[in-house]
Amino acid sequence: MTPLLAIQDYRLAFDGFDGTAHVLDGIDLQLRAGDTLGVVGESGCGKSVLARSLLRLNPSPPARVVSGQIRFEAEDVLAMPPARLRALRGRRIAMIFQDPASHLNPLLSIGTQMEDAIRGQDSATGRSRPRHAARAHAAALLSAVGLGDAPRLLASHPHQLSGGMRQRVLIAMALAGDPALLVADEPTTALDVTVQAQVLALIAELVRARGLTLMLISHDLGVIAAACARTVVMYAGNIVEDAPTAALLARPLHPYTKGLLAAVPELDRPDIRPRGIPGGIPSLRAPPPGCRFHPRCDRATALCAAEKPALREAIPGRTVACHHAEA
Amino acid sequence: MDRRLTAYLLRRVALAGVMLFGLVCMTFVIANVAPNDPAALAAGPDAGRSQIEQARRDYGLDRPLPEQFWRYVSGLARGELGRSIATGRSVGQDLARYFPATLELCLLAMLIGLSVGVPLGVLSALMKDRWVDHLTRIFAVSGIALPPFWFGLLLQLTFATALGWLPTSGRLSVMTEPPDPITGLLLTDALLRGQWGVFGEGLSYILLPAIVLSFPCLASILRVNRAEMVEALRADYVMSAQAHGVNPWRIVCVHALRNAMLPTLAIIGLRWGWMMSSTVLVETVFDWPGIGLYAVSSAIAGDFKPVMGVTLIIGLNFMAANLIVDLLYGVLDPRLREG
Repeated sequence: MTPLLAIQDYRLAFDGFDGTAHVLDGIDLQLRAGDTLGVVGESGCGKSVLARSLLRLNPSPPARVVSGQIRFEAEDVLAMPPARLRALRGRRIAMIFQDPASHLNPLLSIGTQMEDAIRGQDSATGRSRPRHAARAHAAALLSAVGLGDAPRLLASHPHQLSGGMRQRVLIAMALAGDPALLVADEPTTALDVTVQAQVLALIAELVRARGLTLMLISHDLGVIAAACARTVVMYAGNIVEDAPTAALLARPLHPYTKGLLAAVPELDRPDIRPRGIPGGIPSLRAPPPGCRFHPRCDRATALCAAEKPALREAIPGRTVACHHAEA
Repeated sequence: MDRRLTAYLLRRVALAGVMLFGLVCMTFVIANVAPNDPAALAAGPDAGRSQIEQARRDYGLDRPLPEQFWRYVSGLARGELGRSIATGRSVGQDLARYFPATLELCLLAMLIGLSVGVPLGVLSALMKDRWVDHLTRIFAVSGIALPPFWFGLLLQLTFATALGWLPTSGRLSVMTEPPDPITGLLLTDALLRGQWGVFGEGLSYILLPAIVLSFPCLASILRVNRAEMVEALRADYVMSAQAHGVNPWRIVCVHALRNAMLPTLAIIGLRWGWMMSSTVLVETVFDWPGIGLYAVSSAIAGDFKPVMGVTLIIGLNFMAANLIVDLLYGVLDPRLREG
């Protein structure tokens, strides 16, 4: 069975005045329909850039694809002509973002923005729908994400809504084209803690009810554990570990994953202090040779500085990119 | 919501009133520090000392300055701007006669500035750092740098004298009967009365001065609009609109441009005032019968009431333009409407 999404040796660089940053350094990832995948890593590890790559949203320049392929339903995303790309965006892959306040246009009403999305997707796929039908669809989407009083909401502007409502509106817009894959880039990070839980529950519910495939990006392992059956860990532009979420949390294989888990405070065990990983994330303009994690790794050997470890299957169903990961 | 809007409006109008008073003080001071003796001018070139003193008393120029100021302000309140010594008419009448010509010229110049400046700004932002962008940058810098009188002469020499495509100066040929005034704007009146020949001729006369007048305005609209569009196209809401599959043209022309137009609007308000004041140069070069030319010929003659009147009109235009801009902000930006 062909996977829904297949990324192969994808490398993306950002060209700047002070050099080229190798932000994604050979990503290999497959998603089957119905998967719920979490992508976890520190800020700057490339997880958002990876998410945007699926819709080719990274502005180019400065972004430049160095090598690799992204195939969605066997179609090469990177080679799509503009018209195909538009039919992909929103219709087949939809995306929601971290900060709902800045991702809604401040000057346009919610109704206008939703209609624009609906009608834009229609025209990209050769359909046409009158404005009132688009508005009715928008109202239906709003109620699907738990927002009532659609007529008033459609007439209002983003600044009149709370953060949680804005994110729900963006989720409704993401559902407009009935996509197969939902990419959620830190969808709860900018929200209040109580609202975070509600939005996360909404996403999980929509994924279940609509049979969506989910790719959820977060720096928060708790968020990912709540919504995703499988997790990949990213470090400095590489996937370092790929495993079922429960197994990953129970028994991390990569030293970086272990470090991440040790850095999570345990609320019921105040005697165990969270431990950070020594050092900082490396410069992506001049990344360390070999394994990009080796300068911070307590198990590093000469081999780690010399040779980049490939993702290999350490245990059936689990892959890890480390020379020293024990099976 | 309505009460907020009313309060906002009242604040703007009150502020305009304060500014108006400042403007009145300024024009009065300027007229009184000028080196000419208006009484000598009024009395005529052959007048003796006693006649000049008589004129000084007649015009109230021998009164103390505060009293003169009071008379000036109370005159203004009754709509009296004084009398032009050169034309013999009241300044109010003169302004009513010359202002429509200037207004027409400025309106067309602003229309050119907007309809060329905004699209070129958008295009430059879309083509950032490519050759189109470099080209418009050179165009814009020269638009701001070229002195209008020099640029005006250049256009006259090229299109009027050398090529003979357009008339050199004036508003209409002396042989042509202007349309009966409805609005006072010659082109509009010609259109309203269906006089197509007069309209075409008027257009050929107004084109060069309007282009010269529009150039600095066009250039700054272009640059501001480009910078704001570059910013808007990078904004998060543009990326999410792309991700949701919104039509790319709609993203540029509505989602991004609407945000970029807010700062551009402020420039338009300022430019309208500056444009009015640069009519002094442009109308002189093109012999355009507006308030700029009227101010220049009065100033040369040392006739200061008209200069004060023109200064007041230009200042009022500045204030009116910025008031309109403030109102348009309220229309464009829902955050201002509802606080």
